[in-house]
Amino acid sequence: MKPPAFEYVAAESEEHALELKARYGDDARFLAGGQSLVPAMNYRLVQPAVLIDLNRVESLAGIGKSKDGKTRIGAMTRHRSVERDAVLAWEQPLLGAAMRNVAHPQVRNRGTLGGNLAHADPASEMPAALLALDAQVLARSSKGERQIRLDQFFKGVYSTALTEAEMLVEIVVPPLPSNARTCFMEIARRRGDFAMMGVAVVVKTDDACICRFARIALCNAGPGPVLARKSADMLMGHSPSDDALKAAADAAAQEIDPPGSLQASPDYQRHLARVVTYRALRAALA
Amino acid sequence: MNSVPVRVKINDVWQERTVESRLLLSDFLRHVVGLTGTRVGCEHGVCGACTIILDGVPVRSCLLFAVQTTGCEIRTVEGLAAPDGTLSLLQEAFRDKHAVQCGYCTSGMLTTLTVFLSENDDPSEEEVREAISGNLCRCTGYQNIVAAVLLAAERSRKKEGVANG
Repeated sequence: MKPPAFEYVAAESEEHALELKARYGDDARFLAGGQSLVPAMNYRLVQPAVLIDLNRVESLAGIGKSKDGKTRIGAMTRHRSVERDAVLAWEQPLLGAAMRNVAHPQVRNRGTLGGNLAHADPASEMPAALLALDAQVLARSSKGERQIRLDQFFKGVYSTALTEAEMLVEIVVPPLPSNARTCFMEIARRRGDFAMMGVAVVVKTDDACICRFARIALCNAGPGPVLARKSADMLMGHSPSDDALKAAADAAAQEIDPPGSLQASPDYQRHLARVVTYRALRAALA
Repeated sequence: MNSVPVRVKINDVWQERTVESRLLLSDFLRHVVGLTGTRVGCEHGVCGACTIILDGVPVRSCLLFAVQTTGCEIRTVEGLAAPDGTLSLLQEAFRDKHAVQCGYCTSGMLTTLTVFLSENDDPSEEEVREAISGNLCRCTGYQNIVAAVLLAAERSRKKEGVANG
């Protein structure tokens, strides 16, 4: 199908984009990579009166680090840049690992990290990976800016904490705890499909092989990415034996509220959560 | 209905038109510019039939509006062969390895793989399969497509070897 008519404006700067959004409010949508928005428009599920194209605002893209050691990724940074960045591969390997599971190479060439987060599909991989990393986002309007923790950013299916005047401008990722190990794993019917279940884990053990840090986040497990707190708590202070990992995986399966779909019933998704959490923990700690 | 100008370089030729902002790039290429080599399969970004090369990068033309591409350079499947019609190494390999049946996926395969081979001149079979994971083929089972890519890479390396002496 074809989208209905809309006014198109190419924003020339961040200020211009924010001024336009302030003027049009909910009648306008930002156009980032378009890899989620345009399919929705082609299906006529979304019919914005105005599209504000952000693709010419170069200041919104880029990967850098702030003085406090946090990784800062501009909202318009293409997925492929995150996937291929050599510094990120070393300092934040979970991002690249998750990114390789996002859609297809051609979609990653155009899609953006900020656009993906703002779209808030519960099955998306990057929200889960960033939640496991305890990331925050920077939201800006013509009136000011604020940082939002990721566990407060996702409000539900396709719903975020962004107000109608706000634009997501940056993703801020704290450094990994020293010696932390990470893994992203998903189970999908075909390469590139949305996962039936996916998990991002960050774990750290000390010299005595006791777990000192654990964060586990799942995608397609609820209305937004789900932080499996009980599962992580179970690992803390213990040696990650096979039984301990299995118990943590069981706990993760109980903590989620998967939606079910044509591909997988909620029960099957819970089963997959148990499988993939166990495998990811084992791979991270190998 | 609105009218927005677009000025874009397609296969080395600048094209200037005035179109509705809602016109998808895939429809612009096929119906406005007349380049029907780019196919339309799903219009939601999963099948890959509409893949073209935008500023050197393979992207879905069904997920772009024509008016977004002003100032950009696009290469479609029609622009892969030389001006005198000589097929590219990849196109010859597709022919030699029988990688084309109905041909519907072929345009998107060729654009995607042309860029892939420019970045990876000695891919493994697994890397080729990963590269085309965003291009669906209902006819060939992908076997001959993968063989064609590996053959094209081999021929390209041989050519480079001869040129470098």
